[in-house]
Amino acid sequence: MKLTLTVNGTEYARTIEPRLLLIHFLRDELGLTGSHWGCDTSNCGACVVWLDETPVKSCTVLAVMTDGRRVTTVEGLARGGVLDPVQDGFAACHGLQCGFCTPGMMMTARWLLDRTPDPTEAQVREAISGQICRCTGYENIVRSVLWAARRERDDEDA
Amino acid sequence: MQVPAQVEYEKATSVQHALAMLARYGPAAKVLAGGHSLIPMMKLRLAQPEVLIDINGLTDLCYITRSGDQLRIGTLTRHAQLLDSGLAGEHFAIMHDAERVIADPIVRNWGTVGGSLCQADPSEDLSAAFAAMKGTMVIHGPGGSREVSAREFHTGPYETVVGPSELLTEIRLPIRPGGGSAYLKVARRTGDWPVGAAGAAVWLADAGGGTHKIADAGIGLTAVGATHFVAAEAEEFLRGRPADEQTLARAGEIAAEHCRPVTDQRGPADYKRHLVQELTVRVLRAAISRARGLAT
Repeated sequence: MKLTLTVNGTEYARTIEPRLLLIHFLRDELGLTGSHWGCDTSNCGACVVWLDETPVKSCTVLAVMTDGRRVTTVEGLARGGVLDPVQDGFAACHGLQCGFCTPGMMMTARWLLDRTPDPTEAQVREAISGQICRCTGYENIVRSVLWAARRERDDEDA
Repeated sequence: MQVPAQVEYEKATSVQHALAMLARYGPAAKVLAGGHSLIPMMKLRLAQPEVLIDINGLTDLCYITRSGDQLRIGTLTRHAQLLDSGLAGEHFAIMHDAERVIADPIVRNWGTVGGSLCQADPSEDLSAAFAAMKGTMVIHGPGGSREVSAREFHTGPYETVVGPSELLTEIRLPIRPGGGSAYLKVARRTGDWPVGAAGAAVWLADAGGGTHKIADAGIGLTAVGATHFVAAEAEEFLRGRPADEQTLARAGEIAAEHCRPVTDQRGPADYKRHLVQELTVRVLRAAISRARGLAT
């Protein structure tokens, strides 16, 4: 069936099977391989993308459900070649580690900071509690998000 | 790689449209809301609908409002909306307690209240919470709408009274004076299904001399084999008794006696029974404190 949606500001129209999952549509149909396909059971969060304004686990959303909606993936975080502060934070604090969980972690972190610009460490941990880092490197990930929050506050004050 | 089997897809544009399609396709169709239970089940071939009827466009079913002495929750309300609702928390803190421990923040963004209830997983938290609050489900079908008590909504694991041509549209919760409520869950990991969980709603009446008696109580139990998710015998015991520790302790014992937990990978039956006893006392204590206006 026909699907029309906007991904990272670009409109796409494709004819797909209704059973196609959003994660596979993004990776295999659009070639946006930044979002990772992990556990397949909505536990690990490597596949988190935004559906309109809200992060969802794209292994548990059918692509056809996004018809007429906006999807934002990790490829849409940087603007005009400038990395998002969350991305800078992951680089500065070694939050990537093996990199597999990173796209989902960053999409959730961006959402958190949009809603809660000055989060506590506990709020960061709660926000990413549906996401698994099998390097078990949560310390660096939490530090990265807090770094990005500080950076954004500093930029605001400047 | 897990993918659902081939399936047709229809997008509902109104409740009437959804009902018309349900009538046309019959049991071959499944309603698709958040899909966080249905899509994993389709991947595993535990569910194999021929047609999905997507109701995510029915945004007029996303609401939490007060109408007279009722709190009304639209079936398509996302878990995150319920957790963020000050109105819901003000009248029934149990819903915030429960929502805070359902899955994780990202799943809660898309999973729906009605979807969870209709999935009727024995380990699902809201079924017990709504049973404790003595809610009512509004179900629409070809012949109009009907109301069913939350306590009669589930007919067994993964089974409800909602027929193949019907749609759960709303949950109604009676707001009564002197009420307080709470929910507690024990899980092995953050965001996991419960080993056991309990929810309580109590309504107090003044018994003179600064004391209270329990005018009415609802106790919901999750994942421990309680009939209709309810500890009916413990509720019956509480009615009219003083809201004191001795009463709560006995209610916990009665709840534990009457549930039927099974030994599984989440724990042995006797441990779950112990959990029921302890959690029932704790949620009753918290609910009573809230009813009295004390912070917990």
